[in-house]
Amino acid sequence: MKSIRMVAILFLALLAAACVFAGRFAPASYAEQFRDLPDASCTRTHPLGTDDLGRDRLARLLYGTRVSLILAPTAALLATFLAGLIGAAAGFFGGRFESCVMAITDLVLAMPWFFLLITIRALMPLNVAPLTSVTITFALLGCLGWAGAARVVCADARTLCGSDMVLLARACGTGGTRLLWRHILPNLKPVLYAQFWISVPIFILTEANLGMLGLGVAEPLPSWGSLLRELESYSAGSSQPWVFAPLILLIITVSCFQLAVRKEEIRA
Amino acid sequence: MRNRLLISAILGFGLFPLAYAQPGSQLRFCLSSQPKTFNPLLVADDASDTVRYLTGGVLMRLNRKTQQLEPELATSWKVSATGKSVSFVLRDKVRFSDGTPFSADDVDYTMRSLMDPALHSPSGDAFRVGEGKMTTQVTAKNKITLNFPAPLVGLDKLFDQVAILSSHSGQKEAAVLGPYYLAENKSGSYLLLKRNPNYWKHDGSGRQLPYIDSIRLDIQQNRDIEMLRLTRGEIELINTLDPDNYDKLRERAPQMAVDAGVGLDSEQMWFNQVSSAPVPAYKKAWFASTRFRQAISQSINRDDLARVVFRGHARPAVSWVSPANKVWFNEKLQPHRFDPKTALSLLGQDGFQLQNGTLRDREGHAVEFSVITNAGNKSREKMATMIQQDLAQIGIRLNIVTLDFPSLIERITRTFNYEACLLGLVNDDLDPNSQMNVWVSSSENHQWNPSEKTPATAWEAEIDRLMRAQATTFDFKKRKQAVDRLQQIVWEQEPFIYLVNKEVLSAVSPTVHNASPVALRPQVYWNIDRLMLGTQVAGK
Repeated sequence: MKSIRMVAILFLALLAAACVFAGRFAPASYAEQFRDLPDASCTRTHPLGTDDLGRDRLARLLYGTRVSLILAPTAALLATFLAGLIGAAAGFFGGRFESCVMAITDLVLAMPWFFLLITIRALMPLNVAPLTSVTITFALLGCLGWAGAARVVCADARTLCGSDMVLLARACGTGGTRLLWRHILPNLKPVLYAQFWISVPIFILTEANLGMLGLGVAEPLPSWGSLLRELESYSAGSSQPWVFAPLILLIITVSCFQLAVRKEEIRA
Repeated sequence: MRNRLLISAILGFGLFPLAYAQPGSQLRFCLSSQPKTFNPLLVADDASDTVRYLTGGVLMRLNRKTQQLEPELATSWKVSATGKSVSFVLRDKVRFSDGTPFSADDVDYTMRSLMDPALHSPSGDAFRVGEGKMTTQVTAKNKITLNFPAPLVGLDKLFDQVAILSSHSGQKEAAVLGPYYLAENKSGSYLLLKRNPNYWKHDGSGRQLPYIDSIRLDIQQNRDIEMLRLTRGEIELINTLDPDNYDKLRERAPQMAVDAGVGLDSEQMWFNQVSSAPVPAYKKAWFASTRFRQAISQSINRDDLARVVFRGHARPAVSWVSPANKVWFNEKLQPHRFDPKTALSLLGQDGFQLQNGTLRDREGHAVEFSVITNAGNKSREKMATMIQQDLAQIGIRLNIVTLDFPSLIERITRTFNYEACLLGLVNDDLDPNSQMNVWVSSSENHQWNPSEKTPATAWEAEIDRLMRAQATTFDFKKRKQAVDRLQQIVWEQEPFIYLVNKEVLSAVSPTVHNASPVALRPQVYWNIDRLMLGTQVAGK
């Protein structure tokens, strides 16, 4: 088990290094269009071939990984933090406070986000640099993606409040806030970890779909989301299996993150 | 003798197995959506238009191949010298699909219904000119004259879109004069059209048309599934294919892929020149400069757009009339060449300077603007990305913003909160009058600066004058001269930077005979009554 964890950590370290030094590893700029070579197969010059505009796929994958690996977990962290704070407080205090918070959570879940995002796009200036656009997008996802997780956290916190451990802590005279910070929140770690890992791929895919609203990553900056969108037009008979590289990398990376985290940490 | 007869019969059957109506034969193809109406006077969507084309009988039909009008229910017609009236002599002994006889009363009824303001007929809009009402005179059972309040140039061509309704039939619009009638409608699933037993048209050997017994139109939104069904032999044709699917089909079943050449549709880009638009004043000055627009145009590599984005199935565009329009295209004009050096020189004349790889205007502003296009349209997204790289070569930073279609329309028609836009124009009509609403400066669809009270520039005033001149003269030569000049003005001033004209790509199974896809809609089945189905198995 330890060796698998080591392999996962090594892979993540290599991936991080490849992203940080993408300029060195990438055979070309992620934006450069080799217009005489659109949809090219794998060659020594372009190890993962080129996309339909002749851009080097490996370069786009490395730079896209950099964007997504920094921003998607950051957004997931923000969403999980908010979910933990709101859900734990609701579950801990219970009563009317919980009902009120959960009503707000339900309201957030029921909101027509599509129209809200259209409004946000309308309020944003058109001349936004691609990096700013993608940062705004992930910040939005982080701020809006807490509600579902908060419900789960709230239910877990409520169960914890009724546990013998918490009863004992109360009997020992542990106060409300201390009880929340020292006993409830640490025991919510597993559920928060789970919510975090679920959020990362969801945010990556959501970012790809937000491109439909003019949010998300603007051309020519790549992201995993924009690279995965290429699969929309993939057909079974296609002779370019390397277009699956971003999907495979996404699966391996998320799996490695899961494996790299000690089970004890999750169970803590 | 008996053997000879038998041999003759076998030979005859072998050589002409298809030259008659084919009982039980069924042509199958897909519609992308359920038709919104079966009333031919209310057609506004593609699916309804398909049903109208297949079922409706018209007074005259534009031959999609020769681009000339041909008599149908009217054996002859005459447009008056003033252009205000048209007289028809109608075909005798014609019956609707339900058996009711066709006469001038039906044309009268159809035209009155069409022009009824309460009906809001999209086809009727084209006939509404000047103040006053249209009047009709039925002079005989087979003769009718229509009088309009003002002259209508290209009046006769408008009748290609007017399917005649029966004034007497209890079936209302279900009684038709076209080759097929609607027999079954499973909403959202399929439509079944059956051969009109009373269709008036016959082939050269006197056999009644159409040859194919029925048409099944399956509602299918997914183009990939449509392709799959074609290659499996479940449908016989796809009217329009995108370049990606066309190339895939050409690899798998080359005998099915048909490129009918360049079409009427164009892709173009324009700058927002609305004076009240929420755009910085210095940018408005750039966009209003002809040299700036010309420079941008010359910095775009149209050949690459056609080759890379459309996989060679498009041609660099010239002006607002496509080369597919044989009558009106100005052949003296050529597409703008890709020439960044000339572009920089033009920009230099306007005080722009390239400093450390960034183009700056006289006041030192870095040249940066955004272009909006509709999200989900991959071709346009790719074109915008290629233009982004082309413009980067002359130090211009282009920001691409993809928007959902309603938001985009809101920006270009109401708020004018955009800098440049990349969109396409779908064009069905060959006559330049169909684009009157785009080119006349007071029009709401004058996209770069809609609803101008007076023309903002001298060249726009000239466009107004020429557009009106060609719309009011019946002298073809004068019209052609005006339209040629109009194309030249647009080519020079570039209010729209025309990028490419797409080629018309279709798929037809080898089992369909007599198919001859063309650039005009409906590309494959324009001669539906002459199509035949053979027994040849489609390649896979």
